[in-house]
Amino acid sequence: MSTGAVGRAYPRLEGAAKVTGTARYAVEYPVDGVTYGWAVPSAVVRGRITRIDTTEALASPGVLAVVHHGNAPRMAPGPQPELRLLQEPTVHYRGQYVAVVVATSLEAAREGARLVRIDYDTGPHSTVLTDDHPGLYKPDQVNPSYPTDTAEGDFDAGYAAAPVRVDVTYRTPAYHNNPMEPHATTAQWHDGRLLVHDSTQGATPVRATLAELFELPPESIRVVAEHVGGGFGSKGYAKASVVLAALAARHMDRPVKLALTRQQLFGPVGYRTPTIQRVRLAADTDGRLTAICHDAISQTSTIREFAEQTAVYTRSMYAAPHRRTTHRLVRLDVPTPFWMRAPGECPGAYALESAVDELAIAVGLDPVELRIRNDTAVDPDQGRPFTSRNLVACLREGAQRFGWAGRDPSPRAGRDGRWLIGTGVAGSSYPARARPSTATATARPDGSFLVQINATDIGTGARTAIWQVAADALGVPPERVEIRIGDSALPTAALAGGSMGTASWSWAVIRAAQALREKLRDGGPPTGEVTAEADTTEEVGGQPALPRYAYGAQFVEVRVDADTGEVRLNRMLGVFAAGRVVNPTTARSQLIGGMTMGLSMALHEEGLLDERYGDWVNHDLATYHITGCADVESIEAYWLDERDDELNPAGVKGIGEIGIVGAAAAVANAVHHATGVRIRELPIRLDKLIGISDLA
Amino acid sequence: MKAFRYHRPADVAEAVAVLAAEPQAAYLGGGTNLVDLMKLGVQRPDVLVDVTRLPLDTVEELPDGGLRIGATVRNSDLAAHPVVRRDYPVLARALLAAASGQLRNMATTGGNLLQRTRCVYFQDTSKACNKREPGSGCAALHGQNRDLAVLDWSEQCVATHPSDLAVALAALDTVVEVHDADGPRDVRIADLYRSPGTHPERETTLARGALITAVRLPPLPAARRSTYLKVRDRASFAFAAGSVAAVLNLDGDVVRDVRLAYGAVAHRPWRAYRAEEELRGRPFSPELAARAADAELAEARPLRHNGFKVPLTRAITVRALTELASS
Amino acid sequence: MQGGGENATTIDERHSSRVTVEVNGASREVTLDNRTTLLDALREHLDLTGAKKGCDHGQCGSCTVLLDGRRVKSCLVFAVTVDGRSVVTVEGLAGPDELSPLQAAFIAHDAFQCGYCTPGQLCSARGMLDEVSRGWPSAVTGDLNTPAKLTDAEIRERMAGNLCRCAAYPHIVAAVRQTAASS
Ligand SMILES: Cc1cc2nc3c(=O)[nH]c(=O)nc-3n(C[C@H](O)[C@H](O)[C@H](O)COP(=O)(O)OP(=O)(O)OC[C@H]3O[C@@H](n4cnc5c(N)ncnc54)[C@H](O)[C@@H]3O)c2cc1C
Ligand code: SF4
Ligand code: FES
Ligand code: FES
Repeated sequence: MSTGAVGRAYPRLEGAAKVTGTARYAVEYPVDGVTYGWAVPSAVVRGRITRIDTTEALASPGVLAVVHHGNAPRMAPGPQPELRLLQEPTVHYRGQYVAVVVATSLEAAREGARLVRIDYDTGPHSTVLTDDHPGLYKPDQVNPSYPTDTAEGDFDAGYAAAPVRVDVTYRTPAYHNNPMEPHATTAQWHDGRLLVHDSTQGATPVRATLAELFELPPESIRVVAEHVGGGFGSKGYAKASVVLAALAARHMDRPVKLALTRQQLFGPVGYRTPTIQRVRLAADTDGRLTAICHDAISQTSTIREFAEQTAVYTRSMYAAPHRRTTHRLVRLDVPTPFWMRAPGECPGAYALESAVDELAIAVGLDPVELRIRNDTAVDPDQGRPFTSRNLVACLREGAQRFGWAGRDPSPRAGRDGRWLIGTGVAGSSYPARARPSTATATARPDGSFLVQINATDIGTGARTAIWQVAADALGVPPERVEIRIGDSALPTAALAGGSMGTASWSWAVIRAAQALREKLRDGGPPTGEVTAEADTTEEVGGQPALPRYAYGAQFVEVRVDADTGEVRLNRMLGVFAAGRVVNPTTARSQLIGGMTMGLSMALHEEGLLDERYGDWVNHDLATYHITGCADVESIEAYWLDERDDELNPAGVKGIGEIGIVGAAAAVANAVHHATGVRIRELPIRLDKLIGISDLA
Repeated sequence: MKAFRYHRPADVAEAVAVLAAEPQAAYLGGGTNLVDLMKLGVQRPDVLVDVTRLPLDTVEELPDGGLRIGATVRNSDLAAHPVVRRDYPVLARALLAAASGQLRNMATTGGNLLQRTRCVYFQDTSKACNKREPGSGCAALHGQNRDLAVLDWSEQCVATHPSDLAVALAALDTVVEVHDADGPRDVRIADLYRSPGTHPERETTLARGALITAVRLPPLPAARRSTYLKVRDRASFAFAAGSVAAVLNLDGDVVRDVRLAYGAVAHRPWRAYRAEEELRGRPFSPELAARAADAELAEARPLRHNGFKVPLTRAITVRALTELASS
Repeated sequence: MQGGGENATTIDERHSSRVTVEVNGASREVTLDNRTTLLDALREHLDLTGAKKGCDHGQCGSCTVLLDGRRVKSCLVFAVTVDGRSVVTVEGLAGPDELSPLQAAFIAHDAFQCGYCTPGQLCSARGMLDEVSRGWPSAVTGDLNTPAKLTDAEIRERMAGNLCRCAAYPHIVAAVRQTAASS
């Protein structure tokens, strides 16, 4: 039946639009009578606005209005308290948006924002995460709904009894998602109905949030997100830009475009929490793990709890009879942390996969071999067999492709002139999940088909992948299929997040296509349009709860300048087992993108918070360094041919996040191999390695 | 950003006259620093005097063997100039190590020398900064100061000068040609920049409204053996964590002439006279280079986060000189 | 709390300018607030939204366009300063009927994901290839006195001013390499 579109390397459907500049993003639609909104952030950490003086701002040419808590349209309490902006004088964190200036031009809006005078009453604040913070507490669950702590066996006893032990603490700083397109929105009200073009990972959840906040039926709201300039989690739900734009547009009764500035993205739209992670591993002298404990500390805000599931990775990755994981949280006067590519798994794997490397050294065993020895067919957490687990195959194939065999394990074994050369490895896993979605498939009299689903393509290649899946499901060549996504007016679907997009959307699309074929089976070609729809709510909900995971193995070679401590990537290679790969071209790009972000995390990124001001002072792309073109000498991604019938009709596991999991550990492990120095606090910058030539 | 009037002067005299008449006017070169700071509200001129169409965009070989570089010559054109590449590699390399291809196409010689510090507190009007707002305090002194100075800072300001070009020019004993209300005059680059002292808002010795018209490189045959080493936190497109401009002239293995300047360590490009003194007249060895750097850096006073700059600067001094010695 | 209203729309004459600029081959004339950057002039006044705003401070490269044939970051250029000059944006890179080889190579190599940095990458690459053909050296060029060969290391360094958070870097390098080799 299949025409074989799935698995083929089609170029992206919107490729031509993107390379010619005709693809429109959120604030690029021409709108009559449009005005420009500029968000005003609070300049204090915790306090209360006592006075807003807008006189000067309003006197400034082009400024139309200043919207703030004193005059803003009212909103109902929404699901996320931090979105109830401009409703009260209270300030919960520095950078919270406290006003929006609306003007006839961007220039006037920017200047108007500068002229708004705000007085505050302030109180003392706490913005720095420490492992002995008096506010440490145990949340009820961790993101999205995992148990906070788990325990099997008797960790303390198992640990005490073991011949080989590792007890290490790792720290990661705040990371800022920084998609290239800032959070941006065009909002317009027409007769009580709201139309927004928003830069979001999910138009459906944005519509739901706006409906709650503005107390409207969802049908009165349309959210369009045809092209989205990246999100990496930070656009997973409605964010400040869409709320502020909608509020301002309602206040003005005119369309408003509002894009946050790059500086304004550091905090209020979410970021990856800093973490402090203590990992204890115990093993017998063969390197078989006997006890594992992962204690993770992270932060949340005072307005909403977001508990990064940092130690969850450790629950299912390697087996041991005695295991324990815990999460503790501190409420600080900071913006609420949120999703960033592989929340939980990413920082957690950095710590666990680094600790495993330390254990391999302590045992005197090759780190690939040690991971193989601790593989398990049964999920140590759920106690059930994994639907498929190809970690070992990834490690083996990766080792072979990378040329791992024969590696001299001693640190500082490799040298090329002034460069110390080292290699490192890490495992990687990410859950394969799906969410309910709906879709429609329509047969047209001319023999073409239209498939509609409110999926979002934030650069993942989703549009193309669903199109391929749809063609195969309809049993026609893809050229005959038209696909529409990125609009809440289309059938409701899951957001692009949690590596669940393709699994969720393809599921609904396949079911809709099947239903359509069923309808068409009897008659000949339709005379009018025939449409079938599908809703996977029941089917997805009824799926047995089995441990479903994608796996990977990351291999890295670095060079470290013996005098200056500069670290450079020589090469990075990942092998993944992620179910069926719908489109090798876009899949490779996703995996490489994730791996590069892991490299960036390992070597470059760090939000530098100034405790006195309570915000990140390096809030731009000149001082918050992300990996650039010159840093990436060679990154390769491969995958295994993997079939898993327990997943979803398309047999996919999701590839958006697994690439970053373990990547930073592989880099850090390679740095240790090169230098003999173990840096347990990211990023690994030259100041932490300078002078290593003087060390033994 | 404050609304501003835009003026395109016909000649240097007119440009200088506008600045003299307008208290809040500024010259606009490539704009890569000024436009940035205007958007941030750090600089708020009323009038911009666009100097990029003045006839100051040529590189001229001088009869004495030196080179005059017009103030509006773009960084990329200067780096690509055959004479610069051949006779002043330190200059070409410093330019090429800076910013990005696009920015080098925009940035001018004069603007580059007068670009402001990249101190993050200076760039954020919601924070205390003596340089931006005299008397408001220096947030960086006890704040995030990894990128800031280790030499010659004051309690009032610990900023560094961000330019790579200026470091190379400092090593080359460049003369800066300026034109102010009193007419044209020459300023040695060593006299151009100030230490922060109690007035960090005063960054240069130039009179307000002074226009840089050119920089003049004295003839320096030794500069054919010169280089610029820059270390940064990512492979490219980042300001220096440390940098060194070096010119070395050996007689056999004895150092006959040497010029050394450091970037990223002080409020000004740091000419390392003391290190040069250590080196001059002695047989070159990497150990000598290290001793020379130590002599220069003996007075370094690292801040909380930037202690690495001392060993880093030492390491790149040794490397740059050793490479030159063996080339 | 309404401000000056429509009357305040146009900034007064002293703070605005009539600007004539050739954009993608066509002469355009607009009156602009002097504060308007070239990037905002293109996006908000000329309906050319191809050039992107990623940072507005010269730090990302998304806004790269060609000004008199040279690549620049249009967010740091006041439009008033380009009066009489010519600008090429991503919308002007393709021929009337087909994509330029560079654009085609970007698609073939999947040199983008979200596509937001892409217009800047393309214009930057276009300008960069011209710089190479003029014999300009880069920071990684070994011998400054002979024209550099366009190795991958050269491409990476020369494209370093264009950030891509999706990290299409290896594919961007491949696309540029192929375009250079075939031209
Ligand atoms: C993201 C980014 C990264 C960068 N990285 C680096 C780097 O790594 N190394 C580095 O060295 N630089 C770097 N730069 C800085 C860049 O080199 C400078 O901004 C540029 O050289 C300034 O030149 P300009 O012509 O654009 O100056 P402008 O911005 O036009 O002007 C700068 C200042 O000089 C004044 N001025 C301009 N011309 C004259 C004149 N002829 N006479 C008197 N005053 C004048 C202006 O009034 C203004 O105060 C970077 C910049 C950015 C935005
Ligand atoms: S170091 Fe100088 S520029 Fe930075 S905050 Fe202090 S006074 Fe301002
Ligand atoms: S928008 Fe111009 S460089 Fe980022
Ligand atoms: S393609 Fe998304 S930022 Fe480059």
